[in-house]
Formats: sequence, structure tokens, C-alpha cells
Amino acid sequence: MKIPIGGVCEPGTTIANKTGGWRTYRPVYDYEKCIKCKLCELLCPDMSVFPKEDGYFQFNYDYCKGCGICANECPKSAITMVLEEK
Amino acid sequence: MTPKGDLKMDKMVVVEGSYAVAHAVKVCRPNVISAYPITPQTHIVEDLAKFIADGEIQNCECINVESEFSALSALVGSSAVGARSYSATTSQGLELMHEVLFNVAGMRLPIVMTVANRAVSAPINIWNDHQDAISQRDTGWIQLYGENIQEVSDMTAQAFKIAEDKDILMPAMVCMDGFILSHVYEPLVMLEQDLTDEFLPSYEPLNILDPKKPLSFGAFADPNYYTEFRYMQQKAMTNALKKIEDAADEFYDLFGRYYGGLIDEYQTEDADIILMAMGSIIGTIKDTIDKLRQKGVKVGLLKVRAFRPFPAEAIRKAVKDAKIVVVLDKNISLGLNEGALFTETKSCLYNTSNHVPVVGYMIGHGGRDIRMSTIENIISEAQEVMKSGIKVESQFTDLREELL
Amino acid sequence: MKQLFVSGHRGCAGCCDAMAAKFTLMGAGEDCIVVSPTGCLEVMTTPFPETSWNVPWIHSLFENAAAVASGIEAALIAMGKKGNTRVVAIGGDGATMDIGLQAISGAFERGHDFTYVCVDNEAYMNTGVQRSSGTPFDASTTTSPVGKVSFGNQRPKKNMPAIIAAHGSPYVATTSLGYAKDMISKVKKATETPGPTYIHCHAPCTTGWGFDTSKTVEIAQMAVKTGLWPLFEMENGEVTKVRKIGKAAPVEDYLKMQSRFKHLFSKEGGAEEIAKIQAIADKNIEYYGL
Repeated sequence: MKIPIGGVCEPGTTIANKTGGWRTYRPVYDYEKCIKCKLCELLCPDMSVFPKEDGYFQFNYDYCKGCGICANECPKSAITMVLEEK
Repeated sequence: MTPKGDLKMDKMVVVEGSYAVAHAVKVCRPNVISAYPITPQTHIVEDLAKFIADGEIQNCECINVESEFSALSALVGSSAVGARSYSATTSQGLELMHEVLFNVAGMRLPIVMTVANRAVSAPINIWNDHQDAISQRDTGWIQLYGENIQEVSDMTAQAFKIAEDKDILMPAMVCMDGFILSHVYEPLVMLEQDLTDEFLPSYEPLNILDPKKPLSFGAFADPNYYTEFRYMQQKAMTNALKKIEDAADEFYDLFGRYYGGLIDEYQTEDADIILMAMGSIIGTIKDTIDKLRQKGVKVGLLKVRAFRPFPAEAIRKAVKDAKIVVVLDKNISLGLNEGALFTETKSCLYNTSNHVPVVGYMIGHGGRDIRMSTIENIISEAQEVMKSGIKVESQFTDLREELL
Repeated sequence: MKQLFVSGHRGCAGCCDAMAAKFTLMGAGEDCIVVSPTGCLEVMTTPFPETSWNVPWIHSLFENAAAVASGIEAALIAMGKKGNTRVVAIGGDGATMDIGLQAISGAFERGHDFTYVCVDNEAYMNTGVQRSSGTPFDASTTTSPVGKVSFGNQRPKKNMPAIIAAHGSPYVATTSLGYAKDMISKVKKATETPGPTYIHCHAPCTTGWGFDTSKTVEIAQMAVKTGLWPLFEMENGEVTKVRKIGKAAPVEDYLKMQSRFKHLFSKEGGAEEIAKIQAIADKNIEYYGL
């Protein structure tokens, strides 16, 4: 890499920084409880919740920091925070 | 090289210095002007505002900001969008911009700003000296100083050309002595639109803020990168040394007017005594030299046009045969008791084989009039130094001892 | 949908700024230019050579975001590039209500076509939780600490939306991270309204306020439910819409969730202090008709 004049950055490049290693607790879905309300996707501060083709959601554990907002806000308690095993 | 400008009398008009500058800015086709009124810069922005009000500057927005801090900050935004961006200020206004000055240079935004040099408070004083701009010398701005309104007017176009060059991309201050030049009515050739269009191509930025190519500007650089950012700025300044010379030469080729590149020399070829200075004092010094030359005093002048980047090589070359160098500074570094041009001139000679004595005079603070008799006294003191060596290295000039 | 704000930023787990940036861009859309003053959001999203932004973005200094935005808007107009491109500034409470206030006042007075979003987490979080003029009454911060003779910050929050409204802004709204859709729709409305518009977002900070990372949204909602953070819209200086809260929750329910207020529940005289905070909420409820 060469530093560009003025130090401009190419868009969306923090994607190279995988923050999943920060996590202590891992969110896990119970799809039987999920009503596809999309709240978890909407609220995730790390853009780590993605829709699947079937309309349910999945986590991108490369970036999920394990904050637990999705689990706390899920209206159907379909997400559980599970201690990461190292 | 003495000025070789061919000033065609039929093209000359008598206008105020501020008007000449405002006209020059107009001719440079700016896109955004952002400034805050402060004496003695006001006439420049008033004249520009009138041009805008009369629809004389196309594709240009003028922002009447609420402070100098915002004046320059707005130009950070406009320049990052790719707009040719201009401001003007002085003194307290320039000091208020201090933080933004670094920011502009660090982001490599080629903003051009006229500084109508004025003393700084306290005590508050609206008259000319160079303390305001000199205090900003390490901010990463190119600093050019003009001798008269013709030079300052023409320097405005040169400044845009230098600043916007792809090898430079650094902001530039065009410094003109407050009141002495900003408010003087002198005959000059107003910067010509047709020639300026030929001289100054439209600004083509390397990168811009654009939703179609969404780059980020102004990221923070940690210790792994910051040093290289600083190095790149210094490299751009080094590149500017040649570009300032080139711009002056190209300007001469097109317009037929020339005031020197990084420096200019007057009667230096056989001079034992070389005076150095910047700004409007140059005219007074030239007149004094003319007078003393008639008496056989071998005295010459090294006019410094570019203070940043500092023209060390050009200065070394110009003073190589001098027996004494006398530097006149309209500023002081308090605690060092020296003006900046003096300190830096000494510095650039130190590790060389040229051990010419260099003495400094701080002069014209807060608009104190500088008379030919004062310059004559300084030159006769220099003759003493040639005979008996330096007794006082740097001193105030024309101190009113009775007040102390 | 294209992610306009991407993963990999260095915000804390449960970061309010990241959520606010995400919601702002969901409301503003792709055709915008974002200005961020110095602060957590700026630092965590743009460590050179990386950026989390997928829209053009610029950071200049702490106190000048509104001036930079003014210049961007002016340049777009001057160069005939304005089109529908919206200039959006996103700053913290310190950058907005304290150090950047003058530049904001100037930009709103001049009437630039832009939207300013204040992400108010009620203290200088980037430098370590120092008090700002957004810090609420009795909150303990590192420069307004609770002590033997102090209950923490002794001044109420500055009423920034009213200050902006007094500039004649056509659209001023408060919102909250507890109500994502409210925020997105208000940002959208703000960016679609010509002239200088303002969104003030209440944004609980897990680190600065002292709560579990999972509670960012819940605490934001509780602030609204107590009446401490009223959600309203103002058009041309008049309050035109208010989010009703029904039977208000007692402020204790909000305060007890955060360690910055924990002294109110352990220190002698705490009950009286809580009563003062309840009075602030009651006044809001009455004034805005919550």
C-alpha cells in the first residue's frame, strides 16, 4: 500500500477488521421461535445479522461482538447468548 | 535578476490594492469564497461581494460565515468537493484559523488565501507587521510575500497555479502588507482574464467527495502512518521550491511581468552589504540603495518572495560573495529576540563554508513607519560591522527609548 | 440493500454511535455526503487506511462540522452538482452543543441545505466520559464526579432542539435509539426538507453510562417512557407532533439501570435528588403533552 495524497480511504474497508474475536457471548437462533420481524437485523450495531433465503436470519460471527442487543430486544426470545468456548 | 516586467502604460489603471486583489481573485474563477470581515482585509471581501452581487463571477458561491474559523472550515468542505476555494484574512482572524490551517495542509487542500498582514493583539493594533503570518509558518501553508499591489495581484494567480499543481497540493497564503498595500492606490495592470485563463487551468483534484465514488477524507493516522503523512507534506513543500520559480517564469512568458521567483535580487552582483526583507519595505530599501549607490556604497537587496517553502539554496547562492548580510524582520520571536527571516537565514548558512556575518533588525512593528533614514542608519551600522565585527546580533529598530 | 455503514468498525460492543450512524444512513440514503466532527464515531470508523463508510465522508476538526458542511453545500451549488445530494453532519453532544455550537448557529442562520444529526450520549465519551452541556442533572462523570459533597453534574441538559428551532429551522426533531424506525423516518424527513434541518438523537453509551452492552435500546426506550427524553417534531418553530407515552414510568426505573446514577440509590439525600429528576420529567410531560 502507498499512502494516497491527503490520506483518502477506499469505502467500506473496515470490513478487513474482523471484530468477532472480541466476543465473549455468542448469539444463537432458535428458528422455531423466530417470527422474521427483522428487529435483530435492524438493531445490530455491527451489521452482523443477515437474512437468509428462507427469510430467517443468520449471524456473521466474523464481526459479531456479542453485545447481546439482538437477544435482549427479540420479541420472541428466539436468540440466546451462549458463552464462547475458546 | 531585476524585474523585467514590461508594464504597458496604456493598460495601467489606478485602483486600491484590495480592489486589485479582489479583481485578481475574480479572474481566477473561484467556486467558493468564504471570509469574515477584519481590518484591513475588509475591502477585498467587500469588492468580491459586489462582484457576486453584480453577477460578475460565474459558478461561484460566497459564504458570509460567522468567524474566521468557519471561513476556512467551510473551504475544507468546498475544496474537498473539488471547488477552487478562496479566503482572505489577517491578524486575529488568521490566528483564530490556526487549527484549521494545519488541517487544510494535512488534507492537502489547495486553498488560496490573501493575508493582509497586520500586528497581533495585545495591545490591539490594526497596522502592518508580519507577526500574524510568521506565527503560522509551521502550519504547512506556502507563504508568498508581495512587494506592491501589482505583484500581489499577479501573485494570486501564481498561488493558485502552485497550490493546485499535482506535485504540490498544498494551500498557499499570498501575503500583502495591511494598509500599506491593501489600502494604497497605485497604478497597475489588472490581472488579465484571457491570459489568466491560459495561465491557470481549471482545478482538477485527485480525489473529491462524490456519492458515485464514496471516499473518506480525514481519517486518523496512528503512529504507523503519521510520520509518512508529515514526510509527504515536506516533500510537497520541497517540490514547491521549483514550482514557485516555474510559475513566475511562466507568468512572465505570458504576461510579461516578473518579480522574482523564490527570491529576487537588486544590485547584489558586486554588493558587500546585502539587505534581506519581505513585503512593501522592499520599495523603501530599493530607493535607499539607489541613493547610497550614488555615493559609492556597495549595497544590494535580496527580496524574499517565498518564506515557505524556505528558499535556503537560493539565499546561499545570492549571499555567497557578500561581506555582511542584514536581515530586516517585521516580526519577533519573543524570548529569542530575533525575527524569523533572520534566524532562518543564519540557520541556512551555518553548515556551509560561507561564514558571512549576519545581523538582524526587527522593524516596523504595529505599523511603525519605516523611513529611508532608518535604512540608511542600518546600512551604516553594517559598514561598522564589516570593519569591527558583530557587537549586537539582533535588535529592535527605532525604539523610542524615552518611553521605556 | 447496499450497506452504507459496514462492519469492522472499532466501536464498543453495543455501541450507540454505530447504531446512530446506521440509522442515519438508512434514512438519508446513498446520495449524501457525510461530515463527522472529531469524536468516538469518527475515531472508531476511520483508522487510516480503513473506513466503515460507504458514502462520501469527511472529518476535519472537532468544532467545525457545520462549517465544513456549509462549504460542501456551497460548492455543490456553485459547481452545478447539487442535484438531490444531501449533506449530512453527524456529531456528538460535545461537538454539537459545546465546541461546535457557533459553527452550527452560523450554518443554520445562513440557511444551508443540510441536515445536522446530534448523537447525544450525554458526555465526552471519546476522551473518557467527561461532562458536556448534554450531561443530565446528577449524572456522575469523570469531571462531574459524585463525591462527599456532590451528586454529580449539577446543571440540566442544554435545550439544543429549542436553540436550533429559534434559528428558524424548518424541521427539528428529537429521536432515540430506542425507536429505530422513528429515527430513520425522521432523518428521511429531515433530509427531504429543504433548508437546514436538525435531528437530536438520544443515544445511551454502554461504556459511559455503565450498563450491560445488550441494554442500549432498552435504556433509550426507558428514557422516553419516563418523559425524560420527549420525542417530538417541530416545523418552523412550532411543535407539530409528539410521541405519547401513556402512563409514564417513574424515573427510578431509568436511573437504576445505569451506574452513572447509582449514587442516587446509595447516598444519603438520594431520594430528594431523584425527586428533582422526576420534576424534570413531569415538566416535560406537561410541556409537550406526553
